[in-house]
Amino acid sequence: MAEVTTLREAVAEMVEDGDSVALEGFTHLIPTAAAHEIIRQERRNLTLIRMTPDLIYDQMIGMGCAEKLIFSWGGNPGVGSLHRFRDAVEHGWPQALEIEEHSHAGMANRYVAGASNLPFAVLRGYVGTDLPEVTSTIAPITCPFTGEQLMAVPGLNPDVGIIHAQQTDRKGNVALWGITGIQKEAVLSARRAIVTVEEVVDSFEPRPFQIVLPHVAIDAVAVVPRGAHPSYTHDYYDRDNAFYEAWDPVSRDRDRFGEWMERHVIGTEDFDEYLESVREEGAIEV
Amino acid sequence: MNDQVSGAADGGYTTDEMMAVAAARELRDGAVCFVGIGLPSEAANLARATHAPNCVLVYESGTIGAKPETLPLSIGDGVLAEHADSVVSVPEIFNYWLQAGRVDVGFLGGAQIDRYGNINTTVIGSYDDPKVRLPGAGGAPEIAASAKEVMMVLRQRPRSFVERLDYVTSVGHRHGGDSRAELGYLGAGPTTVITDLGVLRPDPETKELTLVSLHPGATVEGAREATGWELRVAEKVATTEPPTDEEVAVLRALHARTAAARAGSS
Repeated sequence: MAEVTTLREAVAEMVEDGDSVALEGFTHLIPTAAAHEIIRQERRNLTLIRMTPDLIYDQMIGMGCAEKLIFSWGGNPGVGSLHRFRDAVEHGWPQALEIEEHSHAGMANRYVAGASNLPFAVLRGYVGTDLPEVTSTIAPITCPFTGEQLMAVPGLNPDVGIIHAQQTDRKGNVALWGITGIQKEAVLSARRAIVTVEEVVDSFEPRPFQIVLPHVAIDAVAVVPRGAHPSYTHDYYDRDNAFYEAWDPVSRDRDRFGEWMERHVIGTEDFDEYLESVREEGAIEV
Repeated sequence: MNDQVSGAADGGYTTDEMMAVAAARELRDGAVCFVGIGLPSEAANLARATHAPNCVLVYESGTIGAKPETLPLSIGDGVLAEHADSVVSVPEIFNYWLQAGRVDVGFLGGAQIDRYGNINTTVIGSYDDPKVRLPGAGGAPEIAASAKEVMMVLRQRPRSFVERLDYVTSVGHRHGGDSRAELGYLGAGPTTVITDLGVLRPDPETKELTLVSLHPGATVEGAREATGWELRVAEKVATTEPPTDEEVAVLRALHARTAAARAGSS
């Protein structure tokens, strides 16, 4: 049953050191505010799960929250590298990062299996690539009906699933629309689910491609306007492409990264203050 | 972007523009095309704005029939969902569309390619102690596996056209010959590789990529120097038709709209 609470309380109650945590949102609706709150509360030894780690996991890895990353594409979309991710993999900074690497199709099917309470999913893929050589969670399986060789991947059941959405109603049902990616599966596969939203409404209006997650599937809802920045929220605000480009030089350098995080994330109380802080610095549209 | 190389010919276009135009021409009207970000997305949208208005652009974020007016920076930009025929979930796009065989053409880029069109987007150096950690697989392995055919567009350089991949992220023609067929994939694998120097296609028997066309101004020697293996060259190498005024104008307008949109949002 979804409780409407603050993001700070939701993270304090539901995210523990050592948890596996999936913050999802496929380019759209990335839960940045929640990632920042986990960084502020200094969670450690997390297993971070996310198809596209993006800036939020670059920040969490660089701030020492993660001991393992399960992912399928670790770049800064349209810009280049995630430098904190690379520094962790290439140089073990700020600590060694174990990686478990899949393709998008593999990750998507892992979430589907997890949400279905199945031990594994099957797909036609990976054969002939080097991924099964380095990733132990990819294994061949024979179809019992046709004899076809397929690949199996284990279901994902994160301790905590976190997404950002457009709206919640008074009961804690959650509506999201536009590109909805893997968010439904991230919530339904998780043991505990936290959702941040742009606003509370009395009732949802029909929208193209909308999905509604019933309140019984969600443990906590917190209102965090612009909580996906620099990602976007369809019908609320656009992707801040300039921020993604500006992140490249900030994240390239360990000291500059640390100062940036100290000033804008550690040194602020919440996401409103963070937005104010980056806004004052200019060059970033929020 | 298109401004770092000056025109190789007198026609007033850059080699990158030639590459985009040559890649766009390969896409037939009406095809369902699974589009990677960057150069493939540029070429696919140029095709849609010129000879292939009915091609159905699919992006891995779940947008089907995307009609972006500007080039997206990421595969999940809002412009892709805005006028799409449909927007579906990520499991649906990979399972019901790609794996089920509903995609005609997979349009990919890549960091490294070998002579059989296998692709590395994962790591330079060893996997456990990498020299450069690249973003990784994304949607590419299954696009390469299940699209009915794969087209690739990337600049031809010795460090990207390599004798041996450091890691096989996505399978092309594997070890050549019939070795791909043994894997049981639906798709036929790479049929065309478009670069800034020319066009390569696999030999029908050996499946080794063969230079079949040179863009105006490019030479066989130049293509050989830009390739990290002993490049196979067709007996008769065609010369690519230079970009038409319309193709160049449409491509530049696409970039101008994209730049204006980015400037407007920053």
